[in-house]
Amino acid sequence: MPTTETPDSAFVTRRRWRRRLGAIAGFVITVFLTFLGLLAITFFIGRVIPIDPVLAVVGDRASNEVYAAARTAMGLDQPLVVQFFHYVVNVFSGDLGQSVSTGRSVVEDLSRFFPATLEMATIGILIGVLLGVPLGVIAASRQGSLIDQIIRVVGLLGYSMPAFWLGLVGLALFYAKLRWVGGPGRLDIFYDGLVAPVTGLLLVDSLLAGEIDIFWNAITHLVLPASVLGFFSLAYIARMTRSFMLDQLSQEFVTTARVKGVPERMVIWRHAFNPIRVPLITVIGLSYAGLLEGSVMIETVFSWPGIGNYLTTALLNADMNAVLGSTLVIGAVFIFINKISDVLYRVLDPRAR
Amino acid sequence: MSTRDWLLEDSPHSRWQANVGRAYRVFTALLRNPLSVLGGIIILALVLTAIFAPWLAPYSAIGQDLANRLAPPSSTHLMGTDELGRDIFSRVIWGSQITLTIVGLVALISAPLGLLVGAVAGYFGGWTDRLLMGFTDIFLSMPKLILALAFVAALGPGINNAIIAIAITSWPAYARIARAETLTIRNSEFIAAVQLQGASPLRVIVGHVLPLCTSSMIIRVTLDMAGVILTAAGLGFLGLGAQPPLPEWGAMISRGRTFILDQWWVATMPGFAIIIVSLGFCFLGDGLRDVLDPKNEGK
Repeated sequence: MPTTETPDSAFVTRRRWRRRLGAIAGFVITVFLTFLGLLAITFFIGRVIPIDPVLAVVGDRASNEVYAAARTAMGLDQPLVVQFFHYVVNVFSGDLGQSVSTGRSVVEDLSRFFPATLEMATIGILIGVLLGVPLGVIAASRQGSLIDQIIRVVGLLGYSMPAFWLGLVGLALFYAKLRWVGGPGRLDIFYDGLVAPVTGLLLVDSLLAGEIDIFWNAITHLVLPASVLGFFSLAYIARMTRSFMLDQLSQEFVTTARVKGVPERMVIWRHAFNPIRVPLITVIGLSYAGLLEGSVMIETVFSWPGIGNYLTTALLNADMNAVLGSTLVIGAVFIFINKISDVLYRVLDPRAR
Repeated sequence: MSTRDWLLEDSPHSRWQANVGRAYRVFTALLRNPLSVLGGIIILALVLTAIFAPWLAPYSAIGQDLANRLAPPSSTHLMGTDELGRDIFSRVIWGSQITLTIVGLVALISAPLGLLVGAVAGYFGGWTDRLLMGFTDIFLSMPKLILALAFVAALGPGINNAIIAIAITSWPAYARIARAETLTIRNSEFIAAVQLQGASPLRVIVGHVLPLCTSSMIIRVTLDMAGVILTAAGLGFLGLGAQPPLPEWGAMISRGRTFILDQWWVATMPGFAIIIVSLGFCFLGDGLRDVLDPKNEGK
């Protein structure tokens, strides 16, 4: 015998579920549309802008018949919409074409190079979060103090310093002069290729193989590029944390807590910090996505065999399949992280629902 | 009546007087903030350096002196010389022209484009708005640097294509701002008054909506200039921007890469120029935001 409350609560639950499903569907649709937009842009860059792609294949001395045959074989005689459809189908079935410079398929190349970038960016964001958040909180709680001024300067430098320049200066100072860190590359040459790639993350693979020497060597090589990346995410995260904290510390409930006699540490870390955790997640997500982008410059400086290095090498060789493939992958990861942090914000913050 | 009184008069007699008076108020407010004064001085110095480069630079930007290759900084060569014996200090000075050109052209292309898209979307609303903003949002969620790289790869390396690529990737942010501003203005009574007088949408947007978006646009463009300089330098560093022998700062750093371990000055010196100019735009942008947009004060 159902009580009068049961249908009500079932109704509420159903409505809540429907709303949640709606949010998920909306998320999937926007991600899909944005990804389709990314595909349209890479398609546009690859097929519409450049000089005749057929000429690039057959050469400019080919006869008209050869040219026409190649054009048909490449599907370029079809309308742009049809070409775009084929392009999308190819991408979704995992075919990004062949790289002219490496001779392998772009997908194979990317899966080989991506872990190195992932490893560097992840260590970088760890540095940025572990240092940036506490520094931002401290700066806000002691507004106007020396540490606050330093954080502000660091924040500004993060906006105005070229990442590749900082990397070069770091190499000159910590590698050439002080000999504190390893040089360019992921490992010293005599360690190269000793560890079988399982995950592609050297730190993990060397530990799995039980090679502590290689693990330490990998760390000495990783620490400088990751710190350079970490500096930029630290600058951004600390600046945003400081600004969020200042907002919270001027709220009335903070004053109330202080008046009640709550210790200052508790006021800062419990009352003021708790509400900013959710917006911070978005900031960290954005920063992580930004690091993937920043790694393009850094990898060139450190000869880091990641996706950024692959992209710049392809750029200089005019290897368009590789360029567009890496643009797609970096773009897709970037979009995905952005949207995920957006959704997390909405799920975790009751006010944004 | 003194000039100052005329400038600050509460009921200006002409549009010209009102505009000049407002500019004067903004200017004096900026002067009260030391950092924005510093930023202004840096930008002014950049402009003056670019104009007077032929007289300021002690040596030619491209003249080689192979006997003096890779000389360390000294009183004759303030920042040392590069691998072809060219004076780095002179090249940095000449490079200011390139930086200023890039920054100026990117602002001139992307800001009006963004303004137009945003104002049209906000003014008409409905499907126009949804379509234009959907397009803008797609562009906004792309990684800017990567997109610029791909564009330059397709268009071919060179400074003009670098400017186009940066402009293409930076208009969406301006479209968002312009749309937000337009939405707040759209339903005001003065817009209704103009519409009732029979003004065409074009006339309303260009004559009455866009002028009100300019102050937030100026703030945003100034703040973005640091990013534009960094992207341009990055493209130059990768060999996709300005081509040799142009003294572009990023390209100069790239040339110095080979010598970074022994002749550190070749790569580091142009970097200082980039940092100082970018900082200048940051300072000025922050100052302008405090003056023109009091909502954001203190952030």
